[in-house]
Amino acid sequence: MSDVDRGGKPPGTVDTTGAVCPMTFVLAKMALDEIGEGDEIIIRLNEGEALANVPRSIKDEGHRILRLTDNGDGTYNLLVRKGAPPEGPQ
Amino acid sequence: MEADYKALKNGGFMRQRQKNKFSMRLKVVGGDLSAAQIRVIAEAAERFGAGRVHLTSRQGVEIPFVDLRDTEAVKAFLAKGGVSAGVCGPRVRTVTACQGDAVCPSACIDTASLAREISERYFGRELPHKFKLGVTGCVNNCLKAEENDLGVKGALFLELDGEACTGCGLCVKICRDGALSLAGEEGPVRLDPARCNNCGRCVSSCPSDAWKGTPGYRLYFGGTFGNVIGIGEALLPLLRDKEELFAAADRAVEFFVERGRPGERFRSVILRAGWQALADSLAGALAGRAGGGQ
Repeated sequence: MSDVDRGGKPPGTVDTTGAVCPMTFVLAKMALDEIGEGDEIIIRLNEGEALANVPRSIKDEGHRILRLTDNGDGTYNLLVRKGAPPEGPQ
Repeated sequence: MEADYKALKNGGFMRQRQKNKFSMRLKVVGGDLSAAQIRVIAEAAERFGAGRVHLTSRQGVEIPFVDLRDTEAVKAFLAKGGVSAGVCGPRVRTVTACQGDAVCPSACIDTASLAREISERYFGRELPHKFKLGVTGCVNNCLKAEENDLGVKGALFLELDGEACTGCGLCVKICRDGALSLAGEEGPVRLDPARCNNCGRCVSSCPSDAWKGTPGYRLYFGGTFGNVIGIGEALLPLLRDKEELFAAADRAVEFFVERGRPGERFRSVILRAGWQALADSLAGALAGRAGGGQ
C-alpha cells in the first residue's frame, strides 16, 4: 500500500510512560509528524488515562492502529501506521 | 421619574441590595453565545450597568447595577444585538449544556441542538416552582445531569461487528465497568450488558472500528442542588431518540403541574407521590406512544 520502502527496518519507538496528559498525546503526535505517510511507529503507553485517550486521539487524527501489545508491566505498546495528512486548513 | 414596572414584572431583573438597582439576567442556551452577542452584552454593561458582568453557576450571564429607569432601555438595546432577558421565579430556567459532539471527542450526543430544542419547548414556562434542565454529553458529566430537576446524559447503544474485531483487548482494558472480556486470543470481545453503562469508550477507542455506537439519552429526575441536596434518579431505560425523550420530559412536567403545590420543588412532589408513581407515569407515557419502543 505504501510506496515507502523501509527495507525491513523495524519501526522506532516513542516512550510516553514518563509523561502525563497532555504530554502523552503531544509526544505521540510529534513522533508521528517526523515519520512519513505509511510508516509505522511504536508508542509506549501507561495503562489508565494514556491508554484510554491516546489511541482515540491517534485514530481521530487519521492514523491506523495496527496492534496493541501488553508489556505485562502496566505499559502497552501501540503499533501505529501514519495516515494521510488531514484535508482543509489546520 | 416614571418607574417602569412592566420590565420588572416580565422577569429577569434581580433586585440588588442597592435601592433601585437590578442585576439583569440574560437568556443563554447551553452556555453558547456568539462573539457578536458578547460584544453587545459588553456594551450594555458599560452603558447601563457598572461595566462588568457576572457569570452564573448555570452558564448564565447577568449585568448588575442596572437602574430601574433603564430596564426597558437595556432590554431594547440588547434585543437589537440578539440578546434577550432571562427568567426568574417559578419557571423553567436556563437550559445548560456542554459543547457536545460538535466539539468534544468524548460526547455521545449533539447537546447544543438538544438544549435549543428543550429551551424552545419549555423555557420560561410557569410551573409550581423553579425547574432546571441540563444536558451533558457523556458519563464524564461535565454538566452535572443529576443536579437538575430534569437532566439528560448522552450515552451510546453498543453493537460489535465480530468480523472486524481483532481481539486486541484495548476496550477490555479501558472499560471502567468490567463489562468486556476476551473469549480467546483473537477475540471477539464479549459484552456483559448487566455491567455496561453505555459510556461508549469502547467505540471511541476501538482501533478497528468494530464497536458501533448509536446515540441514546439517559434521563434523571428530581435533582436539586441548593438548600436541599438531592441526586436525580434515572427512572427509565436508555432512550432511543428525541421523540422518546420529549414524551418522557412532557410527562414529567405534567406530573409536576398536576401534583405540585405552589412553591414546591419537583423533588418534593416526587418524594410525596413516591418515585414509583413517577416511574409508572413515565413508563406509561413511553408505552402510549404510537409505534414507540423501537
